[in-house]
Amino acid sequence: MGKLWVISIASIFMLLPFLGNAFSPESPTDRRVLVLLDDSAIKSSHSIYFNSLKSRGFDLEFKLADDPKIALQRYGQYLYDALILFCPSVERFGGSIDLAAILDFVDSGRDLIIAADSSASDLIREVGIECGVDFDEDPSAMVIDHIGYAVSETEGDHTLIASDDLIKSDVILGSKRIEAPILFRGIGHSLNPANNLVLKVLSASPSAYSANPKSKLSTPPSLTGSAISLVSIVQARNNARILITGSLSMFSNKFFRSGVQKAGEKTKHEKSGNEQFLTEISKWVFHERGHLKTVNVKHHKVGETDEPALYRINDELEYSVEIYEWSGKSWDPYVANDVQVQFYMMSPYVLKTMSHNKKGLYSTSFKVPDVYGVFQFKVEYQKLGYTSLSLSKQIPVRPYRHNEYERFIPAAYPYYGAAFSMMAGFFVFSFVHLYSK
Amino acid sequence: MAAPESSAAAVPTLYTNNALRNAFGGVLAFFILLLIGVMAFSIRLFSVIKYESVIHEFDPYFNYRVTQFLAKNGIYEFWNWFDDRTWYPLGRVIGGTVYPGLTLTAGTIWWLLNSLNIPLSVETVCVFTAPIFSAFASWATYLLTKEVKGTGAGLTAAALLAMVPSYISRSVAGSYDNEAVAIFALIFTFYLYIKTLNTGSLFYATLNSIAYFYMVCSWGGYTFIINLIPMHVLLCIVTGRFSSRLYIAYAPLVVLGTLLAALVPVVGFNAVMTSEHFASFLVFIILHVVAFVYYIKGILTPKMFKVAVTLVVSVGLAVCCAVIAVLVALVASSPTKGWSGRSLSLLDPTYASKYIPIIASVSEHQPPTWPSYFMDINVLAFLVPAGIIACFSPLSDASSFVVLYIATSVYFSGVMVRLMLVFAPAACITSGIALSQAFDVFTRSIKFQLPGIASNTEVDAAETSSSTAEAQNDVEKSEETSKNRPSKKSKKKEKEEKPLPKAKAEKKRLLALPLDSSVISLLLLILLGALYVVHCVWAAAEAYSAPSIVLTSRSHDGLHVFDDFREAYAWLRHNTDVDDKVASWWDYGYQTTAMANRTVIVDNNTWNNTHIATVGTAMSSPEKAAWEIFHSLDVKYVLVVFGGLVGYPSDDINKFLWMVRIGGGVFPHIKEPDYLRDGQYRIDSQATPTMLNCLMYKLSYYRFVETDGKAFDRVRQTEIGKKYFKLTHFEEVFTTHHWMVRIYKLKPPKNRIRGKTKKPKTKTSTTSSRAKRSGTGKKNPWH
Repeated sequence: MGKLWVISIASIFMLLPFLGNAFSPESPTDRRVLVLLDDSAIKSSHSIYFNSLKSRGFDLEFKLADDPKIALQRYGQYLYDALILFCPSVERFGGSIDLAAILDFVDSGRDLIIAADSSASDLIREVGIECGVDFDEDPSAMVIDHIGYAVSETEGDHTLIASDDLIKSDVILGSKRIEAPILFRGIGHSLNPANNLVLKVLSASPSAYSANPKSKLSTPPSLTGSAISLVSIVQARNNARILITGSLSMFSNKFFRSGVQKAGEKTKHEKSGNEQFLTEISKWVFHERGHLKTVNVKHHKVGETDEPALYRINDELEYSVEIYEWSGKSWDPYVANDVQVQFYMMSPYVLKTMSHNKKGLYSTSFKVPDVYGVFQFKVEYQKLGYTSLSLSKQIPVRPYRHNEYERFIPAAYPYYGAAFSMMAGFFVFSFVHLYSK
Repeated sequence: MAAPESSAAAVPTLYTNNALRNAFGGVLAFFILLLIGVMAFSIRLFSVIKYESVIHEFDPYFNYRVTQFLAKNGIYEFWNWFDDRTWYPLGRVIGGTVYPGLTLTAGTIWWLLNSLNIPLSVETVCVFTAPIFSAFASWATYLLTKEVKGTGAGLTAAALLAMVPSYISRSVAGSYDNEAVAIFALIFTFYLYIKTLNTGSLFYATLNSIAYFYMVCSWGGYTFIINLIPMHVLLCIVTGRFSSRLYIAYAPLVVLGTLLAALVPVVGFNAVMTSEHFASFLVFIILHVVAFVYYIKGILTPKMFKVAVTLVVSVGLAVCCAVIAVLVALVASSPTKGWSGRSLSLLDPTYASKYIPIIASVSEHQPPTWPSYFMDINVLAFLVPAGIIACFSPLSDASSFVVLYIATSVYFSGVMVRLMLVFAPAACITSGIALSQAFDVFTRSIKFQLPGIASNTEVDAAETSSSTAEAQNDVEKSEETSKNRPSKKSKKKEKEEKPLPKAKAEKKRLLALPLDSSVISLLLLILLGALYVVHCVWAAAEAYSAPSIVLTSRSHDGLHVFDDFREAYAWLRHNTDVDDKVASWWDYGYQTTAMANRTVIVDNNTWNNTHIATVGTAMSSPEKAAWEIFHSLDVKYVLVVFGGLVGYPSDDINKFLWMVRIGGGVFPHIKEPDYLRDGQYRIDSQATPTMLNCLMYKLSYYRFVETDGKAFDRVRQTEIGKKYFKLTHFEEVFTTHHWMVRIYKLKPPKNRIRGKTKKPKTKTSTTSSRAKRSGTGKKNPWH
């Protein structure tokens, strides 16, 4: 009994590191967010955004970035589930936070929102680089667009951009179309095309370029056109989500409320698209949309229910898996027609699209190929904006046993006949030979 | 005393005396055989006494694992065993690809002992199977040699075989390999063949087929039997020794033996489909033709016979040509000409090294050097020619078989060092014959010179030397028994020349040597025997008893034991997940599955060259490419064997060129010259960049410089070329005490992908509070 007690205590301690995981399906609403600010004025100047988060049940904790008491974790436990860095000019965090701490925070599966700005500090740039985003190296550069700028009273230098070049994805931006252009003023960044984890959500128009607006261009700008990304998202391999923008002011109340008219267009929108855009994308970042889970992976022979330890070649089998999506409040069935299962041994021998019952249960049945070996049931589901599902389950496939072959083959009957008639003939011959005189 | 006795065998009083002596000799021979068995068993126990009761080397671990499975699950499960823990992800059908003889033997012994309530573990049974069967093998040698040249030669040959180093090397306690039982099966099959040939009994012929079946079950070397016996049959036919006994000895063996061989799953239809077996069928046909010709000759008049011969020969020649043409065409149409790689490399020694690196890479498939002959058969090398000469006087069917056996096995042993094992019994048999004949001549001369004290000398001589007295004694008896026993040989002779004993006795008188030279020669022979015994005991105790998983070395400060292999396997067993895959070079596959119980990618059963080449390619590739290869195979851990710290020469760096060759054989982007500097294989500062960047180099020498500060490799006797480097895709998880086994884990793919911008250099002013990973701190990389 005492031993059992010790074991259970030990197992609790062993499980402890996993209990503090970021997005926990058990208590998804219990979400503490640390917001680091350059100065406390941002708290009021960006209050609409913060309030929208609070109203969705997030517990925001505001700290100055150089507050010497801030820490992401205590006693090995993370204190927060997400981090918002609204501190583009910070050179050094206070307390125990540094670049490595932030990256570890992400690598533990927690979410991050970074807002940079022109003259962003090296530290913020460094975080961006580590996440796969390269801010323009010129510290005073801003994104300038002489065609796609937002019309304002003064002529200005066209650094306030009205952009509507959004990614087409309902799961990231919500199903409601964002009508109004989005106001942006800040630094642009570029993405490595080979990097498949990072996505450009809001890109600059083809006429944009990144340069210092106060000086004359002496050399061609390094970042031009729609290669410039204004807002990007990253979904790490452990499904931690990161939002990176080059503009802190796009979150501000001023931008949220101001009307917008894109240069060259007649329509003047009463309100910019910033609020809708940033609220929807924060839902994605905080896993309220596009987060899938799989449960009840099952496979068995047709007509049976128990899962075998191995299959035989040419067995008929059924495979099923349940997939659910987190809606912010509950797990809802995920409905799609493109979930495929592979029966895989170095290459897929069977690749089938699974049918579903609209309640999240995906299933299919197929015949095991006539090849033995150690196979895997693989579900590799990577869809834009959704968490990537990667299930694999090992299952050996054995050849026939010695007594599973047919004992008598019709084609061989002549040979059986030959053998037995030979034996009989030999017997008769011997008999005659020995006993006839 | 001997001479008058044999010449007057018909006298009743002497006859009873003789019978008594025969009975006494029989009892003595029985006890000598018993002692030979005990010696054969006990000389092989050095490994248990010096080390411990463990399974040795590589292949025995697989056999041990299979035996465990058999003991646990029974024979049907064993037959149908699909093993999913090796050759991931292909798996291996063990039941259909393994020679089951050894496993079934040990399993039966274990089952028998357990049902007698002797609770031995499977491992113990496996460890002691080889010594037990070497005792059986020496008894089988006795039987075989007795059939050829009488009891004396038999006992001498048995004593020689019991301690021949070549055989000891493969059958020490713990060396649980196919050869352990196969050599017994080989000799016993030959014995039954000779026995059938001598007696013409169908009973022995049937037994012979069953013994052949056991041999087929045990070892791929059975093809040696099925080629040697037809050769002998052909030899007998050509030299006009055809008889009905020959027919009975051969025809049932081919028919029953082939049927039985086809029952073994691993052989199956190979028994009738591959070229290795064609010779036996061809000889089978020839034998029937010859038998038919003899029959026809018997019923036809000589004149009619001549006519018939010319008719048949002209027609038969045409048919034969047609058949041969078809056969040649059939065989030539297959790419390897119907021969398996191993057999081809027997016929053409350069074949393997030219075309199949995987065969050439195994050290036991290399041709032996001259010293290895002296090491493995010692003084027998000098006695063999004498034995061959003895076989020719007189040449019988049986002795011609021995001559053929030794001639072919000498050739095969010269091709592959592993086949020394087949050569050793032949050498023992011929040497036994030679020794016994020599003793025979010398003691007879002494007896002839000293007729008065003949009986005394005999007894004295018997007691002079403990080691060779047996042999000497036996010679006496063998002589008598062979003379009195109506063996096939003497029967045959008797028909031809009735007054044989008298003629022989007179001959003996003429052959008598001077007394002093006989005595000196006798002493020299005893000395030779003593030398042989000393060498064999040394070989058994020192050279061949190391289990190779535990190594020892003696230095000025005492004995060092290197138990790194078991340390590493135990680590794997206790610290990794059950389904984790471990990649290593194939040498360590069997041990990993058996000792660590982890899935391996390739193992010592080298059935899939591509899979091995994939691992070889990964080991010869740079880190990132290697990581991708291993990741695609679901590998979690990589195991390398490294001897540079303690000077263990058979490590992976020394085997590395074979990995390159085997890998390059399938994946041409791996080129051997890239790893060689001016044709030289080196790992010092002169090594090529490809070599210094390949995975094997990195995994072997990672952190090596931390041991002595200079990174001096004791095997290669040089400082390594690249001392300080980091691993990006692998991390070291375990290194054994003497660094002999190093285990690395594949790092998972990065959680995030970094941007393009180069990571700026750390500014010196970076504060210490920053974690070392970031190393970025405050800096301005753009200015």
